[in-house]
Amino acid sequence: MYEGVVQDLIDELGKLPGIGPKSAQRIAFHLLGVDADQVRRLAEVLLQVKERVRFCTVCGNVAEADRCRICTDPRRDASVLCVVEEPKDVIAIERTREFHGRYHVLGGAISPIDGIGPEDLRIRELLQRLADGAVKELIIATDPNLEGEATATYLARIVAPLGVRVTRLASGLPVGGDLEYADEVTLGRALEGRRALDV
Amino acid sequence: MYLEELRLADFRSYGSLSLNLTPGVTVFVGANGQGKTNIVEAVGYLATLRSHRTAVESPLIREGASRARIRGVVVDDGRTTSVDVDIIPGQANNAWINGVRVRRVREILGICKAVVFSPEDLKLVRGDPASRREYLDDLLVSLRPRYAAIRSEYERTVHQRNAYLKETLKRPHRLDPSHLDVWDQQLCRAAEALLKARLSLTSSLAPLVEQAYAAVAGHHSVVRLEYRSSVPEALTTQEPEAAYLAAIHRLREAELARGITLVGPHRDDLDIFLDDRPARMYASHGEAWSLALALRLAAYEMFRRDGTRPILVLDDVLAELDSGRRQALTETIDEAEQVLLTTAVDEDLPKATRFLVRAGEVRRVD
Ligand SMILES: [Zn+2]
Repeated sequence: MYEGVVQDLIDELGKLPGIGPKSAQRIAFHLLGVDADQVRRLAEVLLQVKERVRFCTVCGNVAEADRCRICTDPRRDASVLCVVEEPKDVIAIERTREFHGRYHVLGGAISPIDGIGPEDLRIRELLQRLADGAVKELIIATDPNLEGEATATYLARIVAPLGVRVTRLASGLPVGGDLEYADEVTLGRALEGRRALDV
Repeated sequence: MYLEELRLADFRSYGSLSLNLTPGVTVFVGANGQGKTNIVEAVGYLATLRSHRTAVESPLIREGASRARIRGVVVDDGRTTSVDVDIIPGQANNAWINGVRVRRVREILGICKAVVFSPEDLKLVRGDPASRREYLDDLLVSLRPRYAAIRSEYERTVHQRNAYLKETLKRPHRLDPSHLDVWDQQLCRAAEALLKARLSLTSSLAPLVEQAYAAVAGHHSVVRLEYRSSVPEALTTQEPEAAYLAAIHRLREAELARGITLVGPHRDDLDIFLDDRPARMYASHGEAWSLALALRLAAYEMFRRDGTRPILVLDDVLAELDSGRRQALTETIDEAEQVLLTTAVDEDLPKATRFLVRAGEVRRVD
């Protein structure tokens, strides 16, 4: 244990995803070593991100306004909606340039081990978006792993009564992986060859 | 195949150990507790990503260290491949093939193939069902690395489903039938895949175990392996998934009341019958030993039929065997490309390379 504020910093850093106690310690001592300006810049960016960046009230993607750029772009096809787990997946799919519809970001996947159930995801918002019948196809692009599949199955079930066509990205994506790691070509192909999901 | 090099860092008692190995028989001689078993345990870990001595990984890490590293350089049919694995308790482990980090540790399965004989093998006959399930699954995964995905997906599904059942046990009013349905469906699909793999392995193994038993025991006995399912209907249908689903619906109340998954291959067993009597209860000490050896020899033979000669690891078993049972092993010892053997009392093995293991120091003796 270190004294006071140093330990506080280590504790806070240790709460970040992917940072264990050892890395937290290393980062803390790195910050102690660099000049004050650099630390001030980091602190400012952190605050700005929190103040300026919000989540789009429609799709849940990161946005600098009430609605994100994709939701406000009239050229995007409003009849196709692609459901993803995280904002980073939007970026991965945008990179393929194969998709011209809009997105819905769930904010994760169902995982009881981590205490995440359907009620913790933006599913209610999704159902609201589907209510007016403007969306004809729902592409479920959750990660090709156990939790992503469970989430896809869950969505297909609860969306079924609405009569929207539900499709899932074609296989060919590395099973057990994360969407964001798939290369553009693979992801583009998976998007093209999507299949209807049985309930 | 054989290991040409084995390096350990912060593994068990070893801060750092580097061994150059050769084909043929290598003997590690040392009194108990001097660290000889740790060496072959590491070889078994490279082969199965599990220790044959412990189910939890923290004992594998040297005291005071945060991770252990095992490195093996494997030569198979003239091709050299290096594998490294970092064991980090409480975190996902890391692994490298030829120095390139792999996305999933299980990608290294199949590079180093080994069959490990150890005193713990008696558990295969006398122990609880978990030991026998592990025997089947470990063998399955080493023979066909793609089963590692099936096994881990099944285990994770049970884990997820149990977490959800426990959650609803605490807050019954929050039970969401659609959510539970999803896990039911995932569970039954994964259960079918694992069950089919285990059944097919069991039927290939059965005649080999009977043969090996005759060789080990020196007389013929009827040895029967019978896969026992927690859902017997799953064994007689073409569609086990549907049988599992029906069983889940039948046991819904019980599962909700206890907060655990009661249906699936994680509750199955491999029953072993010796002359039509359950070996677990009726086998004598000698018969149990012979059966355990026969199970391992049959595993070795499975690899042979698959076209590979795995590394044969004999951890402290030679001294336990009478001359008849030893004889049965000799043939396999002669046949294997590499045999790694630990013993407290030096064995009379001609042409063997010897290492003396004392207080964590390993010294080659000529
Ligand atoms: Zn938006």
